Amino acid sequence: MPDAAPHHTAVAGLHPGLAHHFDSVEQQTEATTLGMWVFLGTEVLFFGGLFLVYAIYRTWYPDAFSAASHELDVTLGTINTAVLITSSLTMALAVHAAQLGQRRLLMVFLILTMILGAAFLGIKSLEYYHKFAECPGPACHVPGPAFQFEKAHVRHAQIFFSLYFVMTGLHALHMIIGVGIMTWMLVWAWNGTITKEYYSPIEISGLYWHFVDIVWIFLFPLLYLIGRHGH
Amino acid sequence: MVTSTVLAPPRHYLNDGYGIKSWLLTRDHKRIALLYLASVTIFFFVGGAMAVLIRLDLATPVGDLVSDETYNKLFTMHGVMMVFFFLIPVIPTVLGNFLVPIMIGARDLAFPKINLLSWYIYVIGGLFTLYALVAGGVDTGWTFYTPFSTVSSTTNVIPTALGIFVTGFSSILTGLNFIVTIHRMRAPGMTWFRMPLFLWSTYATSLINVLATPVIAITVLLIAAERVFHFGFFDPRVGGDPVLFQHLFWFYSHPAVYIMVLPAMGVISELVAAGCRKPVFGYSFVAFASLAIAVLGFLVWGHHMFVAGESVYSALIFSILSFLVAIPSAVKVFNWTATMYKGAVSWETPMLYAYGFIGLFTIGGLTGLFLASIGVDVHVTDTYFVIAHFHYIMVGGTIMGYLGGLHYWWPKISGRLYNEGLAKLSAGIIFVGFNLTFFPQFVLGYLGMPRRYHAYPPDFQVLNVLSSAGASILGAGYLIPMVYLMWSLRYGRLAGSNPWGAVGLEWTTASPPPTENFTQTPLVSWEAYDYQPPVEGHVA
Repeated sequence: MPDAAPHHTAVAGLHPGLAHHFDSVEQQTEATTLGMWVFLGTEVLFFGGLFLVYAIYRTWYPDAFSAASHELDVTLGTINTAVLITSSLTMALAVHAAQLGQRRLLMVFLILTMILGAAFLGIKSLEYYHKFAECPGPACHVPGPAFQFEKAHVRHAQIFFSLYFVMTGLHALHMIIGVGIMTWMLVWAWNGTITKEYYSPIEISGLYWHFVDIVWIFLFPLLYLIGRHGH
Repeated sequence: MVTSTVLAPPRHYLNDGYGIKSWLLTRDHKRIALLYLASVTIFFFVGGAMAVLIRLDLATPVGDLVSDETYNKLFTMHGVMMVFFFLIPVIPTVLGNFLVPIMIGARDLAFPKINLLSWYIYVIGGLFTLYALVAGGVDTGWTFYTPFSTVSSTTNVIPTALGIFVTGFSSILTGLNFIVTIHRMRAPGMTWFRMPLFLWSTYATSLINVLATPVIAITVLLIAAERVFHFGFFDPRVGGDPVLFQHLFWFYSHPAVYIMVLPAMGVISELVAAGCRKPVFGYSFVAFASLAIAVLGFLVWGHHMFVAGESVYSALIFSILSFLVAIPSAVKVFNWTATMYKGAVSWETPMLYAYGFIGLFTIGGLTGLFLASIGVDVHVTDTYFVIAHFHYIMVGGTIMGYLGGLHYWWPKISGRLYNEGLAKLSAGIIFVGFNLTFFPQFVLGYLGMPRRYHAYPPDFQVLNVLSSAGASILGAGYLIPMVYLMWSLRYGRLAGSNPWGAVGLEWTTASPPPTENFTQTPLVSWEAYDYQPPVEGHVA
């Protein structure tokens, strides 16, 4: 009685990663990839709200933004940018290794990506620590009642630091989630779920990782490099 | 395997596993739809209880039932619960979850685990909000205008904001799931232009869900963060701008109106086609009207700020764009009407709701044009005219559409028929109660009664008493379906697979459907609403 047989048993030799409601690995890959792109669209609008706030206040208070931007540690920021771009490279290499079915290499690149992501978070924490260590004090740049900005003639600097903490904080949260996803992918690479035929989890995790990197590529110049040219 | 001739009860999604775990850990879109049905119904009645108290208080000109602080909390919690926990999720998560895979001939949504996750996220967000309620409520209004919400209010703004933030991700994930499912999971032959119009409107709604919801998420997060960390984004003392909050808020919350009403429009297209035994007139116009409403809906948020210091030029642009939304909306109304023309028009319960929707939505939409006109808007801003207008859209539109759809698909969902007489009676009670509640509010608003006050001049009492009387009729009207629908689960007659004689894939499978929806993947070779035209000359 073939009519009553569930659909998926009709096809022989199914991949273990194939969920019951898809007809083929191709359909599942297309669906998960589209799903991740739609999610990244959501993310663009999520950060977009903050970029809008940034655009308005930077237009209103250019002097405050320039003066406040000089109080960020541009050296650590630049190092972090390099770390993150390198992690994008190792992520892309991980996807490549997955496509070729090179399990060991895939695991190496995933681990490297995680290490670089953790390094980024470590350096970011250091920058945060420096900011918090100055509070309370004459150069307390943490928004709140203790906020102080030494260049007293510049008003509205607090808005810049608020944006700095919110935007880099939410970006860091996305990094933490990204490292979590990489751990998950590492397990899947290790236990053989990821194969040459079924590597879309690595690919869409890579999409997410690259997206979070791109957000930083915008954040770095917008926050660290205001008014640093022509001096 | 030998085919048994003994008639065992057919396996379907409701008897495929019993016990609490088989429900709370289910990945079946149909069971998740029922989980949502239970939870949104709870929020509907909690939010409705607030409305009852509001209308009771307003029965007399002096606020003698509740204090002014309590009144502020009542209308705030009423708005928060109804908007974020009932109207926005209701049709997509209940009817959409149940129908989207079945209507395209798929076995499930693209991401069943994410679908279950979205329900849990909804519940967690709901618990935050219920906590805010029992901890003393919120008094900012559902719009959370700054600086009151960030600086002045001493009530539970943070848990409420977090509740809305969390629940937003439930909307996003549901929308994402529908978009991917409609793109990638359609059965062979189910082309885009063979899809039922409910799917077009669900698709358009999902686009708004994934693109607008993240903006309210970040906005309410900033509200909560301002209260904790004193960021000052909306605080003029450090250079922040309170009106910026309004822009961010309405960038989501105006499209959210279309999140609420577009799915109801999709339901009405299904009801009208089935109730008139005709294809929907101008199918592609109705389909594209949904997309047009979704796109235009993103460009009109500024009409909420006509009196908030917006420049006259932006106000003009936002006014014109708001008028444009009337075009695709009117296309739908005219096309439904044209579908009925010379159709075999039915008077069964789902169609009663469809008639109600079309009439009430038209009034709600046309009064929206009053409000899009800057001069009139300045006169009636923050009055009961606005309240009446959006309740005609949200209650007269969305809830009518939802109830019509629930009655239409109830035999499919439950496998049982409800009591048609009681259903017609309650549809009539709801229609009368609704109009008696909200029509007087147009007049009150035009005469100048402001919203959000618990006392008013005695001149307004007659109209307010009419409105409160209507609200009690409306409340009774909503309780009756609860009773006979529950009753039908056990005692209703068996529905059979197609009690309405309607077309559409959902009527080709059993009622209730099997867990995998179809015993064989359907092969679609017909157009949507493939009703046979009546024989020429049959009616003399």
